[in-house]
Amino acid sequence: MISLAGRDILHAWGKFVFTGIGLGLLIGVTLTMAGVYRGMVDDARVLLDNSGADLWVVQQDTLGPYAESSSLYDDTWRRILGMDGVARAANITYLTMQVRRVAGQDPRDVRAMVVGVVPGGPGEPGQPGYLVAGRQITRGHYEAVADMASGFALGDRIRIRRNEYRVVGLSRRMVSSGGDPMVFIPLKDAQEAQFFKDNDAIVRQRARTAANPALNRPEVLQAVLASQSVNPFVNAVLVQIKPGFDPEAVAEPIRRWQRLTVYTRAQMEEILVAKLIATSARQIGMFLVILAIVSAAIVAFIIYTLTLGKIREIAVLKLIGTRNRTIAAMILQQALGLGLIGFVVGKVAATFWAPIFPKYVLLEPGDAARGFAAVMVICVLASVLAIRAALEVDPAEAIGG
Amino acid sequence: MRHDQGIRIEGLKKRYGAGDTAVDALKGVNMEVAPGEVVGLIGPSGSGKSTLLKCLGAVIEPSAGRMTLGGQVIYEDAWKLPDLRALRRDKIGFVFQAPYLIPFLDVTDNVALLPMLAGRPNNESRKRALELLDALDVGHRARAMPAQLSGGEQQRVAIARALVNRPPVILADEPTAPLDSERALTVIRILEEMAGQFATAIIVVTHDEKIIPTFKRIYTIRDGRTHEEAGEGRSVEGVKAQP
Ligand SMILES: Nc1ncnc2c1ncn2[C@@H]1O[C@H](COP(=O)(O)OP(=O)(O)OP(=O)(O)O)[C@@H](O)[C@H]1O
Ligand SMILES: [Mg+2]
Repeated sequence: MISLAGRDILHAWGKFVFTGIGLGLLIGVTLTMAGVYRGMVDDARVLLDNSGADLWVVQQDTLGPYAESSSLYDDTWRRILGMDGVARAANITYLTMQVRRVAGQDPRDVRAMVVGVVPGGPGEPGQPGYLVAGRQITRGHYEAVADMASGFALGDRIRIRRNEYRVVGLSRRMVSSGGDPMVFIPLKDAQEAQFFKDNDAIVRQRARTAANPALNRPEVLQAVLASQSVNPFVNAVLVQIKPGFDPEAVAEPIRRWQRLTVYTRAQMEEILVAKLIATSARQIGMFLVILAIVSAAIVAFIIYTLTLGKIREIAVLKLIGTRNRTIAAMILQQALGLGLIGFVVGKVAATFWAPIFPKYVLLEPGDAARGFAAVMVICVLASVLAIRAALEVDPAEAIGG
Repeated sequence: MRHDQGIRIEGLKKRYGAGDTAVDALKGVNMEVAPGEVVGLIGPSGSGKSTLLKCLGAVIEPSAGRMTLGGQVIYEDAWKLPDLRALRRDKIGFVFQAPYLIPFLDVTDNVALLPMLAGRPNNESRKRALELLDALDVGHRARAMPAQLSGGEQQRVAIARALVNRPPVILADEPTAPLDSERALTVIRILEEMAGQFATAIIVVTHDEKIIPTFKRIYTIRDGRTHEEAGEGRSVEGVKAQP
């Protein structure tokens, strides 16, 4: 026996290929949407991996530092370092803002997550672990390590708030959970940038402080003004624990005695994936559902029209003794063939355009396999209508009146 | 004359619908066609020709009577076979006014499809199809698609399809209607040859004045009843020669 479906597809290949390409682009978009979600989850994991921390110590009762704002005094780390099982503890600040390249190649504005780290080199929690070019920050001021995704190059000068920084190193895959590239600068500079007020605001604040009779005493006023012009806060303390210690066992005493909130790696991942990306994930889920429905409608429509165009031939096939099963299989195989063409086109398209997307798109083979299964199921469902129409054809129609 | 092979129809009735709107399309049809014989079936529009072919072709169920095909009673007040689909596939060849070839199969596979459907291997089916196509003078177009053939060539392919399973019966419904008289007569000659060669009983429903003189026997159907007449029985060449 020959494949009726295969022959029909070869005969009407133009129709199948063009519909397949249209369907394929839709499937490509679907795969890419899934890839965007996977990319977000992966960005979150990479963020946690690259921070090199086992525990995140944040302001009490906050989900900081990524999902909510959190501030701690910048000497908190000393007390944490004294706790049992803690190997290293380091201050860190995060601030998402526009970073401008002022010298180097053409000026450009990049949305980046500015990370304040204690200069000290790799191994310290929070440091960029692996550089593709250049070196780590060694000086206490005005040096930066930028992620490649920012487009900055070694030697570029970039402006963050009032200060200019020289790019001395380049990292890879160091991005925020939102996909913004990271720019590492020394902690002190970052604290200043976070606290930064313009001159007018400083003048006004001084005037208000001086206007307060309780403070306007010579010995007090200078001290108050001095305390107002520094930022003693950081967003979190990253902790590495000693080998052989259980993260939860180290975290618990810090929670109890330092009255701070501490997250382990698993809890942090839960916050990032389940809370921070949850809405985006539902958004993407909605898109996936709509795209699936649209794909199904397209396949159903095409297969139905192709079948209606063959009613006469189907009547003849039935008259000369073709089984209903054979005719149903022909239509089903055509739908599956269309799905197959669509899936191949979609997979190729997604693979081709994924790197062009500004955010990380992670195409997982598992998603492709699930996508393929979904396409096939959709094609089967979509062919039901056409199969029903074909089975209702009366072989007597072939003889005519 | 009585035939155990061929076609035998006795007292066949067909009523469409029921109650006030019922139509008695066949009111008692008697017909006999011997193996190797080509008979004409003529009658005015609405007289029941197509209805008779549909009953014989087992696509609609008669209301009463008896039909025998190739020595086998297929209907006697009810279908006598469980699988009408297999009956159509193995025992009956159909030729229609239009060829109704499958547009996505080439000429060979259009013909070979029937033995394939019956479960014969592909190469055997194609071999049989090619033999028939050669016999019908369209062997040189074996690899063409139906749309690339002339009307007469398509009709010959359709005849090859009807013959390929060596059915004892061929039912042709106005097979020459779209053809000019030269080609129409060629089709009749082919049917006559095939009937002789394969001992097939052939019924040709027609309005076509050009071919009516070629039948030796003609059944006229009027108002749901058949009447047998002797035809002129002239040779195709003889009719062709006459202006
Ligand atoms: N499905 C049907 N339901 C009801 N009546 C029908 C049906 N098919 C045919 N008839 C009626 O049965 C009668 C015979 O119809 P049939 O189609 O057999 O005629 P015919 O001889 O083939 O005519 P023509 O030469 O015009 O094709 C007609 O009166 C027709 O209206
Ligand atoms: Mg008719």
